[in-house]
Amino acid sequence: MAKAIIKAQGISKVYTLGQSDISHGNFRESIRGALTAPFRRLRELGGARIADREFWALKNVSFRVDEGEVVGLIGRNGAGKSTILKVLARITEPTEGRVELRGRVGALLEVGTGFHPELTGRENIFLNGAILGMKRVEIVREFDRIVDFAQIGRFLDTPVKRYSSGMYVRLAFAVAAHLEPEILIVDEVLAVGDAEFQRKCLGRMDELRSKAGRTIFLVSHNLEMIEALCTRCILLHEGRIVFDGSTGEALEKYRAYGGRAGEIFVTATTRMRWQGIRNREELRNVSGDGDLNFNLSFSVGDRDLDGVHIDVELVDAKGTSVTHSKSRFLRTGGFSVKAHAEVTFRYTIRAPMLAPGPYYLIVYAYDPSGVLAWIEHIDACTISARSYFPAVDFIDEIKGTTVPHFHVELL
Amino acid sequence: MFQAREDTGNLVVIDSNGRMGGFISELFARRELLLILIWRDIKVRYKQTVFGVLWALLVPLLQTLIFTVIFGRLAKIKPDGPYSYAVFTLAGLIPWTFFSQALTLGGQSLISQQHLLTKIYFPRVFVPAGAVGSCFVDFLVGLLMYAVVLAFSRIVPPLGVVLFLPALIILMIVASLGVTLLLAALTVTYRDFKYIIPFGVQVLMYASPIVYPSRLVPDKYRWLYGLNPMAGVIDGFRSAILGKPWDMELIAISSASAVFIFAVGIRYFRSTERRFADIA
Repeated sequence: MAKAIIKAQGISKVYTLGQSDISHGNFRESIRGALTAPFRRLRELGGARIADREFWALKNVSFRVDEGEVVGLIGRNGAGKSTILKVLARITEPTEGRVELRGRVGALLEVGTGFHPELTGRENIFLNGAILGMKRVEIVREFDRIVDFAQIGRFLDTPVKRYSSGMYVRLAFAVAAHLEPEILIVDEVLAVGDAEFQRKCLGRMDELRSKAGRTIFLVSHNLEMIEALCTRCILLHEGRIVFDGSTGEALEKYRAYGGRAGEIFVTATTRMRWQGIRNREELRNVSGDGDLNFNLSFSVGDRDLDGVHIDVELVDAKGTSVTHSKSRFLRTGGFSVKAHAEVTFRYTIRAPMLAPGPYYLIVYAYDPSGVLAWIEHIDACTISARSYFPAVDFIDEIKGTTVPHFHVELL
Repeated sequence: MFQAREDTGNLVVIDSNGRMGGFISELFARRELLLILIWRDIKVRYKQTVFGVLWALLVPLLQTLIFTVIFGRLAKIKPDGPYSYAVFTLAGLIPWTFFSQALTLGGQSLISQQHLLTKIYFPRVFVPAGAVGSCFVDFLVGLLMYAVVLAFSRIVPPLGVVLFLPALIILMIVASLGVTLLLAALTVTYRDFKYIIPFGVQVLMYASPIVYPSRLVPDKYRWLYGLNPMAGVIDGFRSAILGKPWDMELIAISSASAVFIFAVGIRYFRSTERRFADIA
C-alpha cells in the first residue's frame, strides 16, 4: 500500500462574517451603531460568536493523498478550495478536524510572496527563497538555474519595481519552481504569464512529479491543465467533498454541478448571491439577429432590498466590451426584492447583431448602500455562425464584433 | 506555528487544539529567514536616502542637541556625575532610540505585512522579531558613535563595562522584544493600537531617566518607576559607561518587569497568531 502523505480527517472551517456585510438601517440606527460599535467589536474580537453570521467555508472534509499523486481540487468560486489550501499550508487553522502532513510543504498561493519592490532581482531571489522555506545553500546552488529560468539576464541587479509585469512574474515563478518540497500546494498561480512560460512551468511540475515522486495538490480554473496534470480530482461544492476519484469523472460531475469555470467574483456579499444564468442552456446556440435574453438569478439574503439596480456588460472572447447597459437608464427607482427569495432579472438586449463566437457577461448589482454582487467572466452565450445571411460559408472568418444588417448592390 | 507538531519522521499535525510544541526547534530551523528579514528591513529602510544608515546617528545626535538646549540650558537640569549634559542625555538616548523604534516599527510590522500572513506560513514571531533585529543594528551603530563621543570628551568607562554592558543590552532586548510582540499581536486585532503606540512611546520617554537623572524620582515611588523596564536599563547604561553609582534595586525591579512582560508578550502572541490570517 502506498504511503499516505496527506491525511485530512473531518476538517471544518467557520468564518464569522464582518460587520460590513450587514446593511445599514436608518440614520439614527447608524449613529447608535457607531456609538455601540466599540463594545460590540470588543465582544466579537474577544471570541464571542454570533451564530447567524457564521459561514462554514468547509464542512467535515476528509481525504487522503498518497506519495507521488497529483491531485486537482475543483469546484465553483466559494466552494472552499482556497480554504483547504490555506489549511494545508498552515496559514489558517481548521475550526474542527485534523490534518497529518508527512514532509516539507511548499505552498504557492501567489507568485512572488514577500517580493520587495525596492530590492533587486538578486536580493529578491534570496528573500523570496527564504520565505518559501529554502535554505541559503539551496538558493546558492540553484541560483544560476533560477536566473536562467526567469530570463531576466542583465536586469538581475535592478530593483524589481522597474521590472515589466512579465519579468516580475517570471522571476517570482522561477524561484518557486526551484523549491523542492515533498508536498507542493499550488493555487491558481499559473494563470499568469504568457503561454510559453506556462508550458515551461507545467513541464517543471511534471518533472517534479515523475522524477522526484513529489506529491502535488493543485487548484485551477483551467480545466485543460487539470486534465493534463492530475490523475485524480476532488470536487468541492459548498464546503463539502461531493466527488473524489478519476479526473475524467470529476470533470463530468463538475459540469453537472453547474460548474461554471472561470467566473470571477470581484465582490460577493451575503445580501444578494449570484446563482447564475437560468436559461444558459438555451443560450448555447443563438442566432445573432434575435433578441438576447439573459435570466440572471440571485438569492437574496436575510433582508429585503430596495432600489436594486443591475449593470450588464457583454464582452467578447478577446475581452473587448461589446455592449454596456444599466437598468438605471430605464428606471430611476430600482427593483425591490424580498428577503430569502430567489429572484431572476430578465435582461433583454434587442437584436444586438453580434458576430459569431462565445460571449461573456459582467454583472454588477447594487443598491443605494453599495455593491451587492459583482461577477466577471460569466460564460454567457454562443452566437452561432448560422445566421440571417443567405451565404453563410464565410461568416466564421469575419473580424468585427457586430454584423449589422447591411446591403451591397452594384450601381 | 500553532498546534503543529513536528514529530519523528517529519510528521506535521495540524488541528484545532492549539497544542504547543516544536516552537523553539522550528525557530532554530528557520533562523536564516530571521536574518534575511532583518537584512531586508535595514536595506529597505535606508534605500533611496542620501544619508543612509547615518540617520541612525543623526536622530539621537539632533535629539541630544535639542534636549541639551531645553533641559540642560533652559531648565538647568544637572547630570548625575562629572560629565556634560550632552554626554549624560545621549547615554540614555542610545538605548531609548532602540526601544522606541522597535515598538513603533515592530508594533506595525504584522499589519504592514499582512499580505505575507495570508499567503504563506512561516514562524510569525519572525516578523516583529525582524523589525526589532533591524533596530538593533542601528543601536550598534549608535553605540559605536557614543564611544567616539566619549573619546572626544576624554571619558574612560570603568573596567566593568565589558561585563555589565552586554548584560544590560540583553535586558534591553528582552524588554523590547516582549513589548513589541505584545503590541504587534494586539494591533492585528485592535487597530486602535496604531494610535496608542506613538502616544505611549512619548509617555514612556518621560517615565524614563533620559532628560533627567533617576535620582530626581522620590524614593517612595522608585519601585513604581522601576516597573518601566527601560528605567533600569538606561540607569544601568549610565552606571556601566559613565561610572555613576549603581542603583541595584531599580535594575532588579526593571529586570523582573522585563522578564514578566516578555513572558506575557510571547504567550499572548502564541495564543493569537493562529488567528492572524483570518483577521488580518
